[in-house]
Amino acid sequence: MSAVAVDGVWKFYGDYPALRDIRLEAPPGSCLALIGRNGAGKTTLLRTIAGFMRPGRGEIRILGKSPRETETRRNLGFIGHGIAVYDELSAFENLRLYGRLYNLPDPKRSALEWLERTGLDRVRDGLVREFSRGMRQRLAVARAFLHEPSVLLLDEPFTALDDRAIAVLQRLLREALAARKTIILSTHQLREALELASHVALLARGQVAFHGPCTPEMVSDPGYVYAQYGEG
Amino acid sequence: MGFFRQVLVVAAKDLRAEFRTKEAINASLAFALVILVLFSFAFDPLEETTRAISGGLLWIVFAFAGALLLNRSFTRELANDCLDALVAAPVSAAGLFLGKALANYVLIFGVELVALPVFGVFYNVHWTQFFWQLMLVLLLGNWGVTIIGTVFSALTVNLRLREVMLPMLIYPMLLPALAAAMQLTGYLVTGTPITKENISWLQMLAGFDVMFTAVSLVLIEHVLVG
Amino acid sequence: MKEKLAYLMGAIAIALFARNIYVISGLPQEVNQGAIFKIIFFHAPMAITAMYCSCVALFGSVMFLITKNFKYDALAVAVTEVGLGFLLANLVTGSIWARVIWGVWWAWDVRLTSALVCWLLYAGYLMLRRAIEEPTQRATFAAVFSIFAFLDVPLVYFSIRLFRTQHPGPVFFSSEGSFPKDWSAIFALNMLALTLLAAVMTIVRLGQENAQREIDSLRRTAHAI
Repeated sequence: MSAVAVDGVWKFYGDYPALRDIRLEAPPGSCLALIGRNGAGKTTLLRTIAGFMRPGRGEIRILGKSPRETETRRNLGFIGHGIAVYDELSAFENLRLYGRLYNLPDPKRSALEWLERTGLDRVRDGLVREFSRGMRQRLAVARAFLHEPSVLLLDEPFTALDDRAIAVLQRLLREALAARKTIILSTHQLREALELASHVALLARGQVAFHGPCTPEMVSDPGYVYAQYGEG
Repeated sequence: MGFFRQVLVVAAKDLRAEFRTKEAINASLAFALVILVLFSFAFDPLEETTRAISGGLLWIVFAFAGALLLNRSFTRELANDCLDALVAAPVSAAGLFLGKALANYVLIFGVELVALPVFGVFYNVHWTQFFWQLMLVLLLGNWGVTIIGTVFSALTVNLRLREVMLPMLIYPMLLPALAAAMQLTGYLVTGTPITKENISWLQMLAGFDVMFTAVSLVLIEHVLVG
Repeated sequence: MKEKLAYLMGAIAIALFARNIYVISGLPQEVNQGAIFKIIFFHAPMAITAMYCSCVALFGSVMFLITKNFKYDALAVAVTEVGLGFLLANLVTGSIWARVIWGVWWAWDVRLTSALVCWLLYAGYLMLRRAIEEPTQRATFAAVFSIFAFLDVPLVYFSIRLFRTQHPGPVFFSSEGSFPKDWSAIFALNMLALTLLAAVMTIVRLGQENAQREIDSLRRTAHAI
């Protein structure tokens, strides 16, 4: 059974099809890089897979079940464009909150552990609104990984990250892959993503223009896929 | 995780965030006090007739000050796309909604409990005459305002003019609850307890609360998940 | 096909109106209120038509939430707009009546006040729609609002009536005599004419809404290319 299965999914905004008949599969332990121009539908697809929106047609199955089911959501980690942590709370309070919401056995311990793993343990009681950009992003990463999800969905995670945050994220993603977790990430930063990716899917105007394993050519020349599949 | 525990976690989070900054509470309290003062120029506070309409006055103050707090409810989730994380978490939409409603309820109640003595002093109203009955009216009336206000806060969260839209949308909807609360409060602070003459207002208020709570819990999923 | 149906209904409505107005103007004047009482032939059916509209709006909203089919959303908005128009006409005719009978343009009686609040409620529906750009979210949020509004209508009426039992005020539209039997037939015919008119206006508005949706999606497609 694939970890993530997108089966004939269409998504409409009014009558306009933002996603058209998307068929994708991500086997467990794989890392799928979703690439495409702005407006191709990457964010829409990721958000639909994550369960923020329901598809107009078709089905999404994560670990065999719908993304809206409670069990599935417990196993899902999402990083979107925003950091999804509260400015008025401290780093520790934020992680403890999510630990509680995800019903972790010991939210405090998990929060402290992940603060350490993302290098934020010294500022655990600092309010997020006082953090630098890089610190905020590392906290966002901690939040997504906190509950040890089996499936990670990341929407342009490397965009606007500083070097330290990129290093942290890459390390965590490699550890996750080694632990047979599944990752789907959309990206413009082809190099960082393609180094991790086992598969690549190119989205163009709401349709899948290419879907296959990530080859060495792609990693050495990131523009290769675009050129090959007509996006120029 | 138990449903009610989820609700409490969400409510606690909202309350903790609000008390850290106190932005909305302070604005709401200040607004309530300003309106109370302003009204004293529309009606002579020492006149007997003013005492008769004081119940209505009080709930207009509560409704306006409450709208300020209710607005914050979902807009605080917008800042860093926090709403995404909440919707993605294994919390039911109903639990999330109820947690926020509970936090709003506590905050509005707090503002009212501060505004009441001030109101009593400014308008020379003996509001403690039937204290527990008045508290009952406050409890029920507040819940009506909170429930509708929280749902509509979710409906207007993405709008540019949400501070203006929210009051415009909720006040007609709240008319039955506000009318009931105004009438009952008017009676209670001018010396008439709740008897079988005016109990229909209490029934109206309770019915309003029950019905719209049920409808909100059923429909909130559609609002939070596209 | 739908157009022909609309034309037919429109023609019947116009014919009915012409006939009714002729008959109504020939009717004897009501004892206490004089000629103005005849406004009830228009005033009351308009309110009833607006109520039908709100029921259809509820149907459209619920069906949209269940099926996510935009034709139900189009139905909901079309019928709400038409209903608002009729309700406004109801308010205006009621106000005219009040002016003639009581000398005031507005006196906060039960029915007119309820109509006013319901008008504000559903006007909020249109305001909400106008403020949301994205079509799916607009339709979903509007549908939720419409359901809330529908449930609020009876509560609004009862709370205003309860208010009036404790703070009595003028009551309009009651005639001391009873409504004559042969007048009921004309009333029913006018009711039919107004309902047909509402249906025609809804169909026209529906067509416009569907065309607008098509244009919007074409525009989005053009931008994407």
